Amino acid sequence: MTVQELEELEKPAIDPGPDHIVGAGFTNATVTDKIANVALRPLKSTPLLWFAGIAIAFMMMQALLIGSAWLFYRGVGAWGVMIPVAWGFAIVNFVWWIGIGHAGTLISAILLLLKQDWRTSINRFAEAMTLFAVAQAGMFPILHLGRPWLFYWLMPYPNSMWLWPQPRSPLIWDVFAVSTYATVSLLFWYVGLVPDLASMRDRATKLWQKRAYGLFALGWRGSTKHWTRYQMAYLLLGGLATPLVVSVHTVVSFDFAISIMPGWHTTIFPPYFVAGAIYSGFAMVLTLAIPTRKLFHLEDIITMRHLECMAKVMLGTGLIVAYGYLMEAFMAWYSGQFYERFMYLNRATGPYGWSYLMLIGCNIAIPQLLWLRSVRLNVPILFVLSLVINVGMWLERFVIVITSLHRDWLPSSWGEYHPTQVDWMIFVGTIGFFLTLMFLFIRILPAISIFEMREVLHHLRHRNEPHPQPSPSHGD
Amino acid sequence: MADSFWDRHGLYGVMAEFAEPEALLAAAERAYGAGYRKMDAYTPLPIEGLSEAIGFTRTFVSTFVLIGGSLGCIGGFGLLWWITKIAYAHNVAGRPFNSWPAYIPVTFECTVLLASLTAVVGMFALNGLPQPYHPVFNNPEFSARASIDRFFLCIEATDPSFDLVKTKAFLAEQNPLEVAEIEK
Repeated sequence: MTVQELEELEKPAIDPGPDHIVGAGFTNATVTDKIANVALRPLKSTPLLWFAGIAIAFMMMQALLIGSAWLFYRGVGAWGVMIPVAWGFAIVNFVWWIGIGHAGTLISAILLLLKQDWRTSINRFAEAMTLFAVAQAGMFPILHLGRPWLFYWLMPYPNSMWLWPQPRSPLIWDVFAVSTYATVSLLFWYVGLVPDLASMRDRATKLWQKRAYGLFALGWRGSTKHWTRYQMAYLLLGGLATPLVVSVHTVVSFDFAISIMPGWHTTIFPPYFVAGAIYSGFAMVLTLAIPTRKLFHLEDIITMRHLECMAKVMLGTGLIVAYGYLMEAFMAWYSGQFYERFMYLNRATGPYGWSYLMLIGCNIAIPQLLWLRSVRLNVPILFVLSLVINVGMWLERFVIVITSLHRDWLPSSWGEYHPTQVDWMIFVGTIGFFLTLMFLFIRILPAISIFEMREVLHHLRHRNEPHPQPSPSHGD
Repeated sequence: MADSFWDRHGLYGVMAEFAEPEALLAAAERAYGAGYRKMDAYTPLPIEGLSEAIGFTRTFVSTFVLIGGSLGCIGGFGLLWWITKIAYAHNVAGRPFNSWPAYIPVTFECTVLLASLTAVVGMFALNGLPQPYHPVFNNPEFSARASIDRFFLCIEATDPSFDLVKTKAFLAEQNPLEVAEIEK
């Protein structure tokens, strides 16, 4: 790269405001360079904050390594789980992470079908987030097994004892749902990447870069026949992923709702789990997108319009979640059931009442600020709000799991749950692992879909001009 | 050696380069109108109507997905039915061996899984990818810009109406930036 090009990388971008999805003056070539250069720039022009960020994330990841090594050595007794609270942080973190993943699929699939043009700048990013979040989620069921090396017993496979899993159990549904979700998320992400990897291959200047990107670009050459099949496959994937994403968190909620535990056994669980998943996922997209666009000067590609749209989705899904909490309270009273009523009162005022109050504050009260346009357009406040919602959604799962379990039917078997150091290390470690993967992804792969940005530019250009007429020579 | 030198190092086709998708679309339509059938257009973004312009309409991807999804649906349900009814029939709380409502979530997941896998694998297989070598990349202009901001139309030498001189002249009339011969 020349000195001039390197200076170009440092130039701050101008946000075109909440009415535009892309800054002015972009062409196919400049939008390609802008996005590709985030990954292709020389190591020395990587922002220092990126190095600081990945160093911290990598250190946090070591907590996962140490925590899980100790867990494997010592067994699940290293955790704070004890009867009656036999499900602790592992399931809380599992549900939290998988919920975060849902926003990525929502953005890439549902908004694709709804033809929302603001999905384009953030879909790749959000899909990567999905993939990495599902990877974190997938670790917890295996970690909590007790004998994790026998995890494959969850799958139906012919074995010498001729034993088969119990397919009437939601835990087996979960195995299928989560593994399908991980696979489809990977497919969606990779298929979207292929044409961009071809651009990276053609833009890279170093031979090893050309080879590395070229290997995964599979020899993509942009043939119109290929594009036609590609678009059909992509659309079908979108159509398949849309019911899938709804089904995954529904099945996760079945893990609770199918049981007869007060506080879990309710029909509101599937819809409100799905809404909560999208809520927390959009919060995480904002948490990641706001620093990224600042760090790599992408304000003219991830604009205020994207941030505002995401804020609106958070507000909407947050209200569905609020309705869910309200309905839980109402049904506890309306059912007339002693145990349901006790569970609810205990949840709000019992030993874990602090977590319920914080949950209401983080998920319901504070996010109402998003009604104000001035808040939605204020980036620092939006960033803080997204963190608050992330915390709130983690607390939601904590409240659901812990408060429902710690008061059993008989007072003689009541207990309390205290997470141990190993619990915290593994939780913090997965955050580190997730952030490490995100930092690497941003620096190595095109974090924004380049070919879809070209399509956006193409459509914007044609919005003012009539579509070219077919030439009269056609078909004669 | 079955292939002669000229088979291996012959002419793949003639390629015209355009700056704008509209110019490529018009050229593709005229080429189809002039009777050319073995050709392909190359663009850095999907262009609406371009594949129809060169006479390519059936993708078969959706057929693949229908077959894959159906197999996943039958396979998923069949697996659970076989486990609970035949392989490992146990009385669980008096429920029938074939308690089919409990199998729906897994059946659905298997449907989506197989349909998605066939969509992706089928799309790449029909496209003939991965393909490490393709003659179009022999054009240096193509390998530098076809995936960035230039639009190409290539009429292949295997087309019955292909004639090097006439086809080159035809493409030159379409206001391209450049016309190039492509080696195999």
